[in-house]
Amino acid sequence: MDKEPSFKKNPLSLQIDLSKFSQESFAPATEEEKRQQDVMGESTTFFKDGMRKLFRNPLAVMSIIFICLILLVIIFAPMVVPYKYEEILSVEGRRDKGAKNLAPFTYSELEQKYIENGGTRFPHIFGTDEMCRDYFIRVVYGTRVSFFIGLFAAIIVLIIGMLYGSISGYLGGKVDLIMMRIVDIIYSLPDMLMIILLSVVLQETLQFPSGTFLARLGTSMVSLFIVFGLLYWVGMARLIRGQILSIKENEYILAARSIGAKPGRIIRKHILPNCLSVIIISTALQIPSAIFTESFLSFVGIGVKAPMPSLGSLANAAREGLQSYPYKLVFPAVMICLIVLSLNLLGDGLRDAFDPKLKR
Amino acid sequence: MSETLVEVRNLKQYFPVKVGFVKTIPLKAVDDISFTIGKGETLGLVGESGCGKTTAGRSILRLYKPTGGEVIFDGELITDSNITRMRKKMQMVFQDPYSSLDPRMTVEDIIGEPLDVHKLCANRKERRERILELMEIVGLNAEHATRYAHEFSGGQRQRIGIARALAVRPEFIVCDEPVSALDVSIQAQVINMFEELQDKLGVAYLFIAHDLLVVHHISKRIAVMYLGKIVEIADADELNGHPIHPYTESLLSAVPIPDPDVTRARKRIILEGDVPSPLKRPSGCPFRTRCRYATEQCAEECPTLTDRGGGHEVACWVK
Ligand SMILES: Nc1ncnc2c1ncn2[C@@H]1O[C@H](COP(=O)(O)OP(=O)(O)OP(=O)(O)O)[C@@H](O)[C@H]1O
Ligand code: SF4
Ligand SMILES: [Mg+2]
Repeated sequence: MDKEPSFKKNPLSLQIDLSKFSQESFAPATEEEKRQQDVMGESTTFFKDGMRKLFRNPLAVMSIIFICLILLVIIFAPMVVPYKYEEILSVEGRRDKGAKNLAPFTYSELEQKYIENGGTRFPHIFGTDEMCRDYFIRVVYGTRVSFFIGLFAAIIVLIIGMLYGSISGYLGGKVDLIMMRIVDIIYSLPDMLMIILLSVVLQETLQFPSGTFLARLGTSMVSLFIVFGLLYWVGMARLIRGQILSIKENEYILAARSIGAKPGRIIRKHILPNCLSVIIISTALQIPSAIFTESFLSFVGIGVKAPMPSLGSLANAAREGLQSYPYKLVFPAVMICLIVLSLNLLGDGLRDAFDPKLKR
Repeated sequence: MSETLVEVRNLKQYFPVKVGFVKTIPLKAVDDISFTIGKGETLGLVGESGCGKTTAGRSILRLYKPTGGEVIFDGELITDSNITRMRKKMQMVFQDPYSSLDPRMTVEDIIGEPLDVHKLCANRKERRERILELMEIVGLNAEHATRYAHEFSGGQRQRIGIARALAVRPEFIVCDEPVSALDVSIQAQVINMFEELQDKLGVAYLFIAHDLLVVHHISKRIAVMYLGKIVEIADADELNGHPIHPYTESLLSAVPIPDPDVTRARKRIILEGDVPSPLKRPSGCPFRTRCRYATEQCAEECPTLTDRGGGHEVACWVK
């Protein structure tokens, strides 16, 4: 390269034309230039990246907004609306017998008189039910109960499934074989039948001291939780076991062992964080399924205990007057649909954002 | 030879492989290997893919429970009960820089994990300083301590893996093909770094590779493996200059030499056939099916390593 090339370059040649480069182009890189090579792109953590993807998904964003709205309503509506879910309407201490099955935003005769005399009355947004109770507040409470059940059931399922699945997956071998056969047996039980049988049996046997929270929930609700705890964790356990089996094959687990890390640390620090996305996603998808099951059971008549409403029992009660007051079925039913739909869409969005591999 | 650090005696590692419903047969991934490594020394281990190099390295470190044989480290027999303590002295650098780093951890946490496990740092400040020092040693930019492993290139990742191995100040590191997943241009950098670290810290290496050229550069002695057995072991220059075992011969003939005259003069020995499956190893000498010199004796008896002078040991009946 010391001499300039003396021949002329063939215009058709694809060879690099050295005459275009000066000597300096071939000088070794200085320390500073080497440093510049070292500059890396903007650091994105796994979480940030996933959140960005989640918020780019319009369906997921809509679901988040909708769920937040519902949460706000079920938290704050009972503070604003002056009625209680079990309260039979009365005007100035007198029972309002006319406030039966009112249409939305209408008042009973008694209430109209009261308003004419200068009193104010909070509107019955969804009307009233056949026992003269404000229907809006009952739907709000029903949604509360349903949400609570969904969340609680998902947590039960998560805890049991995670413990069982991670032990089975981590130990592997014969232990895994036996634990998974147990899961298979539970999986093969018809769950609805089991739930109905169990709640009938438990209702007979379980007695809670009256006034406690559990008693207010009612035995069938508690038995529903027990059933969730007994039956529904198997799906979660299977999923987590599968994840752990595949994560376990990675060399970084072996590397952790070669460092001297104990199994507990390996599960906590390496395996669980790596299947965290799957855990979050399937828990999110567990909530709507629990809400759905609860609604179904309450609709069949073995759900929450009266007067505590749930969306399912409200829908069930509305069946009787279906011909004359169809909207009474519409409110809880639409609510169930919207909640389940938006939670499912949110779960899907989470899955796409955090674990694209998991697409079924 | 300097003082012995690691002594491997008749190490065997068989994996049970299912054939049929309940029947299992042993896959002899490592079959009766013995060697010693001196303090601050490097033993190169070469062999084709699947001949059991990784398995050998892992059973020496007891990442697998060996089927037979023993490993003596610094005069102490390694057992299940003292292994946690021993892990402070023996470390491993893994073959695949992509899967050997936890994707959910930052570089700082990856390098700091051995420090946490063995409680080597009294407080956070000390830990942080040690991590930065280690990053400096392996040539990583300290500003990147909070990055995740996936943000780094292959060469940088391998450096992170090396820093992790160095964190406990080990006396011995098994380097399992630390450069074969890297670009050729980066391979040289990383190998040089291994050499510098040895000079500075006095660690001993078991340096695994499938390429004789790479190993020759860094090793004092080289062992050649074939189908789970060591077939030849000698000083690096001796092995390159006077290979005896037919398998080593063929490996060397495949190494490119920069001098065209030598290349032309040298006959290239092309091995016929594939490596037999370790499940169906040939009777007698494992190399029998591909050996040019095979005789009847080779089919009947398995040759053992015999000293041919100057610590050059070969397992072959004919040569
Ligand atoms: N955990 C295991 N269970 C069963 N067989 C195994 C296991 N690990 C390795 N083997 C088998 O042992 C043999 C040796 O594998 P090993 O990974 O040690 O080869 P290697 O020499 O490191 O190859 P490479 O150069 O490709 O890394 C292979 O046939 C492999 O299939
Ligand atoms: S023992 Fe026989 S088959 Fe084996 S390498 Fe030597 S000559 Fe070849
Ligand atoms: Mg290997």
